[in-house]
Amino acid sequence: MNEDLEFIGKPFPKIDARMRVTGTAVYGNDIILPNMLYGAILRTAYPSALIESIDISAASKFPGVVSVITADDVDVNNISYKRDHPILKKGEVNCIRDEIAAVAAESIEIARHALTLIKVRYKVRQGIYDPYEALKDNAPLINKYAENKYNNKNLAEVFHYEHGDLTAQKNISKVIISRRFNLPRVTHTCLGTSNITAHFNKTDKKLLLYSSTQVPFLYQRDIAHALKMNPSDIRIIQPVIGGGFGSKLDMYPFEPICALLSIKTGRPVQILYSREEEFIASPTRQPMIIDITTGADKSGNFTFREINIMKDNGAYTSWGATTPFVMMQAFSSLYKVGACSFDSKAVYTNNVFAGSFRGYGNPQATFALERMIDLMADKLGIDKADIRVKNANQKGEITGQGLHYDTCGHRECLETVISKSEYKKIQSLNKKGRYRHGIGFASMLHVGGGAKIYRSDGCGTTIKIDPYGFCIIITGSSEIGQGSETVLAMIAAEELGIELSRIKVINSDTDVKPWDVGVHASRTSFVAGNSLLGAIAILKEKLNKKAAFILNTDFSDLQYKKGKINSIKEGKSIDLDKVVREMHFSPPGELAIASYFYEPDSHFQDKEFKGNVSGSYAFAAQAIKVEVDTYTGNIKVIDVYVAQDVGKVLNPLLLAGQIEGGILQGVGYAISEELLFEKGRLLNPDFHNYKILTASDIPDIHFFPVETNDKRGPYGAKGVGEAPLIPTAAAIANAVCDALNLEFVELPLTPERVMIALRENISI
Amino acid sequence: MMKGNRNRKEKQLVRISFSLNGQKVEAEIKSSTILLDLIRDVFSLKGTKGACREGECGSCTVLLNDVPVNSCLFPAINANGKNITTIEGLTKSDGSLDEVQEAIVQNGASQCGFCTSGVALAIKGLKYHYKKLNNSKKINAVLTPNRKDIKKWLEGNLCRCTGYVKIIDAAEKALINE
Repeated sequence: MNEDLEFIGKPFPKIDARMRVTGTAVYGNDIILPNMLYGAILRTAYPSALIESIDISAASKFPGVVSVITADDVDVNNISYKRDHPILKKGEVNCIRDEIAAVAAESIEIARHALTLIKVRYKVRQGIYDPYEALKDNAPLINKYAENKYNNKNLAEVFHYEHGDLTAQKNISKVIISRRFNLPRVTHTCLGTSNITAHFNKTDKKLLLYSSTQVPFLYQRDIAHALKMNPSDIRIIQPVIGGGFGSKLDMYPFEPICALLSIKTGRPVQILYSREEEFIASPTRQPMIIDITTGADKSGNFTFREINIMKDNGAYTSWGATTPFVMMQAFSSLYKVGACSFDSKAVYTNNVFAGSFRGYGNPQATFALERMIDLMADKLGIDKADIRVKNANQKGEITGQGLHYDTCGHRECLETVISKSEYKKIQSLNKKGRYRHGIGFASMLHVGGGAKIYRSDGCGTTIKIDPYGFCIIITGSSEIGQGSETVLAMIAAEELGIELSRIKVINSDTDVKPWDVGVHASRTSFVAGNSLLGAIAILKEKLNKKAAFILNTDFSDLQYKKGKINSIKEGKSIDLDKVVREMHFSPPGELAIASYFYEPDSHFQDKEFKGNVSGSYAFAAQAIKVEVDTYTGNIKVIDVYVAQDVGKVLNPLLLAGQIEGGILQGVGYAISEELLFEKGRLLNPDFHNYKILTASDIPDIHFFPVETNDKRGPYGAKGVGEAPLIPTAAAIANAVCDALNLEFVELPLTPERVMIALRENISI
Repeated sequence: MMKGNRNRKEKQLVRISFSLNGQKVEAEIKSSTILLDLIRDVFSLKGTKGACREGECGSCTVLLNDVPVNSCLFPAINANGKNITTIEGLTKSDGSLDEVQEAIVQNGASQCGFCTSGVALAIKGLKYHYKKLNNSKKINAVLTPNRKDIKKWLEGNLCRCTGYVKIIDAAEKALINE
């Protein structure tokens, strides 16, 4: 069916690109409503303290201040999936982000000035910033809303997974290696800072929110719970988003706070973060310490993995605490492995809490896993590329965790990057002198067909064709810059023979669009694409009926091309818009409209976390070449060879954009990015001291898509968005270790860390 | 006393006039007003973005007499008598795209798009830069920037989505067009 595709597989530019290059796209950061107030939040001065008193009298009296609120002024529920996070803090503060009071004022300057007039008396506490310390018996309780369902008061979340016979697998292992890896806290640094504009109408008691959320329908439910409102009284409009990457999966206190300020004042209120606030108070990737032991038999077959992870949960729980869902997939099911035992703890501390970030725990897991493979290969004397190919996943495999690999390009991905990097030909890399060269490999496995972790992983679509032949797709899915609107429009163009310029995608209003779980888990092309195809099938039945009648032929004879419906047999055709008008206006009259809800053919995992959680699985491999300057410790990432099982290329231009962007985020994770904390305080809340990479830092990226044509995906496609950054840091670390013949167990590999390792010739 | 104060305040406002996207405009500003705020808040041109307000990210890039500047650090008072071009001014008056914008679209160089206005003007600035170089009489050969020059020029424009590859492709295409 793929031979004569007219749109799918072609490099169409994004249909929404023009509004973005002309500055006409309205981001949440650009919204101005009539009579709008500006909100600002007073955050704690100490990461851990008792609040003895809050005096808002001077702030309230300041000219231009309309409302000042503290916890005493609001009747709300806690937020977060564990409901352990008060929106405004009362009596105590537990991390440096903590919101104590909020101001709505006539200008942002007045609002910010008013914050300085609020007097808070603290009784400072020492705080706990190390999760191991927090687990000790004498540690104070950090979060008083903690469920306390485990055997320790500061334990927020625990996961355990196992498959196979660990003892038996250990017994057949020729090599067993243990390591502890330390993964840093990094952050999304979306260029558009966090924002929300809330407008509560006092008369009809309805709340309108302009929000950057990636999960509008879950958000609607969550903010309704927080505010003790009916979800249907809250309408979410998603303005253009200045970067997502997972950062907008959780709802954060500033959002209900903004709504509360609007409810208090009856006026629209906007809260817009400064860059410093964005660094301090927006989410991070989950930092963690991974203890891992792995084994392989004498031929290099992987035998077992035993993992113990300590996650710093921070003071409150976010979706980030559930990253083990994804991590255990990597540990249990990336490469074949006989037995796996996985334990993770998330422990409350007085640090900031993490959220979700592209890859969702997988970059951390893959780093540990792929480092261990190199160590085992070295010890066994087996080539590091060969050992990976030998253990690669295969089509038809059902993993220990119950993931069904109906299609699997893992081996092909590995073989592609091994051959394209000419690894076998370049055994003699320069290992002496100032500049040393190395090459490293890493693979990855990620969900490629959604992830059934909520009650539904579905997406709804309504499609209609107007009497002029224009097509409107109303999709539950959300656009965050990745190009979902374009891919959906291309699918409709392909199936209905309508030009892209005649297709509109409506996707930003919960009052209009059908339900969808959200833009996450690399799911949108797969789930929203399938949903759209389902809606198109229903719509075409209606159109076919009318067209077949007019053209005097049967359904199977009809072909949709270039705005016409053709009868091949009769050699006749009719304009699509004419068919629609005939439908609308001749009795009995019918709309050219159809709706469909697609639910992926995947399963919830059971209590042991086993089950086929995704409709499809994506695989990738990267081979990365680096040059390390032993005088400065600087690492130059030279070439990235990436092969990724994308199922089917829907749009090569947009696909390459996802690959390149993901890889560079992975390079940053590997060599330059780290939020530095000292006793709960962030030391580098700016781009000068938190280094995201620039145009000068990019490696040459050589991308080879692998098409496995998964019959479940739209045209065979799988999810692609998160995959490219997942193996990058692992492959870079492997390459640097190769170049220097040293071992690194921490990220990022900053010049400082490299120099210390070189000087002391030790593992670091 | 009050009157005197008010007078002094009024004196603090400075009248400037400059060309904004080809139109002569005037504004009464405080000497501390930043160009970015003048563009966004007074002239309501929201295409220019502020993403760090400390000169690190380039999202606020505008052209000042054809040279890219970070409008978040630039005192508006220094715009007096100058030509300022924002993204809205790069778009042609009939709504069609400048070749730089077109190259960004065609090469997939804009994802979330928050950096795009700044990137587009930085690339346009690079075009002007080379035009000026080539027009100066000292040089005979026609200079064009290579990929490395482009990367160096764009170092001040952070992008978190694209990994820069498509941005550099777009710049190359736009510069070759000349």
